[in-house]
Amino acid sequence: MNSQPSIKRAQFENVSLSFDTPKGILRVVDDVSYDIHDGDFIAVIGPSGCGKTTMMSMLAGFQKPTTGEVLFDGHPVKGPGPERGVIFQEYGVFPWLTVKENISFGLKLKANHVPVKEQNQICEHYLALMGLSDFANSYPKHLSGGMRQRLAIARAYAVKPQFLLMDEPFGALDAQTRANMQNLLLKVLASEGKTVMLITHSVEEAIYLASRIVVVTARPARIKEIIDVPFAYPRDESLQERPEFGELRSHIRELVMSEYRAQQAQMRPASFSE
Amino acid sequence: MNGSVARRFLLGLLPWVGAILLWYAVRWSGFVNVSLIPAPHQVAAKFVELLLHEGLLYDIFASTRRVFLGVMLGILVAVPVGFLLGWYRPARTFADPMINFFRALPPIALIPLVIVYFGVDEIAKLVILFYASFFAGVIVMYEGVSQITPLYIRVAQTLGAGEMEIFRKVIIPLTVPHILTALRVALGVAWATLVASELIAAQRGLGAMIQNASTYFLLDVIYVGIICIGCIALIMDTILRRISARLLVWQERAVA
Repeated sequence: MNSQPSIKRAQFENVSLSFDTPKGILRVVDDVSYDIHDGDFIAVIGPSGCGKTTMMSMLAGFQKPTTGEVLFDGHPVKGPGPERGVIFQEYGVFPWLTVKENISFGLKLKANHVPVKEQNQICEHYLALMGLSDFANSYPKHLSGGMRQRLAIARAYAVKPQFLLMDEPFGALDAQTRANMQNLLLKVLASEGKTVMLITHSVEEAIYLASRIVVVTARPARIKEIIDVPFAYPRDESLQERPEFGELRSHIRELVMSEYRAQQAQMRPASFSE
Repeated sequence: MNGSVARRFLLGLLPWVGAILLWYAVRWSGFVNVSLIPAPHQVAAKFVELLLHEGLLYDIFASTRRVFLGVMLGILVAVPVGFLLGWYRPARTFADPMINFFRALPPIALIPLVIVYFGVDEIAKLVILFYASFFAGVIVMYEGVSQITPLYIRVAQTLGAGEMEIFRKVIIPLTVPHILTALRVALGVAWATLVASELIAAQRGLGAMIQNASTYFLLDVIYVGIICIGCIALIMDTILRRISARLLVWQERAVA
């Protein structure tokens, strides 16, 4: 799926974002430029609090860059839209709707023009794909964390976005569930095909899932390095045993750790005063 | 299943039996003047007498209607006002001190003014109950609404929802629990204020009944009145809780 990098789906062009705080101007993202092509799976990795989520939320349309432009299909992003699905770390599953109602929430919206006859069919498809058929009429309070995140993914997929933005989607899950979710995501992507931007702080997750990895510096976020992941899809867990995987992991981990140290150095005066 | 229902019922009944026993015990202990405490069976007899011959049902009806109307009107206004205050932060900074000022005033303190402006008719009592339930409701509403996370709105936006759709399909469902809580709190406050509102020269109603009885030192009538207020409040609250449970099955709650 990373074989035909032809159409530019999303573009960051000299994007910077800063906030006015009582303590002065806080620069969060600093002059970031890169393109995401159709079919890419981009993982953005960097120390926590570095501004990677901010990058995603500019593309999602929740925040506007202070300078520069974020383009989607050649047009500046003006706000959130159904062509850019978002999976949040906190799931964002609607607790007052059943599993099935959650999935059909997007299908029933005017903007998506889904005929009533197809709604049920799409719903059933994603219920089955995400292994939630037995829970169709349950409320989210009865679901585990992994199931809630599967539901969030099903709901995002149901409106057929061309682009999927994922903000540390598996961050709150235990290691076993996390691994299952990664494999499920790969399986679903193989059958549904999507362009993805994944925000993560896990080096293994980035390498295992992504076709390209954007390593970001400590705040303000700049691009430190963009790395092509040389493994073909479909992938499975045996990939993680390969020596190339280990080499790449050491390289990226070193990059991230050096940024982490830089970040600690930035914060040192504050942490000493505690 | 049936056994557990019976056990829950017995468990709920136990404190009442205890209270009645304690009531008798206080009377028989000899520490208090027996003529100041009518016995439970005397109160029960009085209850039957009032019910059959003195139109107790009409008093209950008059009071319940006042509370019901007062709470309905109060909440009808409190819901949109509380919603706006909770939703728009600037509105809150602007209205907060004002609301807290009026909320702190006990409705009883306003009775003299209410008499001056609204007379001693039904309207006057409604005004007091409206006042009490509005300020109780508005606080609950705006505290609740201001805690709604923007996450669900963002999710709806990314799925393609428009402004109206977000309001109808996200904000309203998230507001319903707070409306129900506001109703419950307002109902409690309104019952507490009822007697005060019926002090305004009411002819009928449980508060008026208690007030008249105190003039003639009819302690058993006072007891009947108080117990009736408590029971009706309990029934109304139970009904409201049933409705809440039905509407809010989705909420994460510890179920005992």
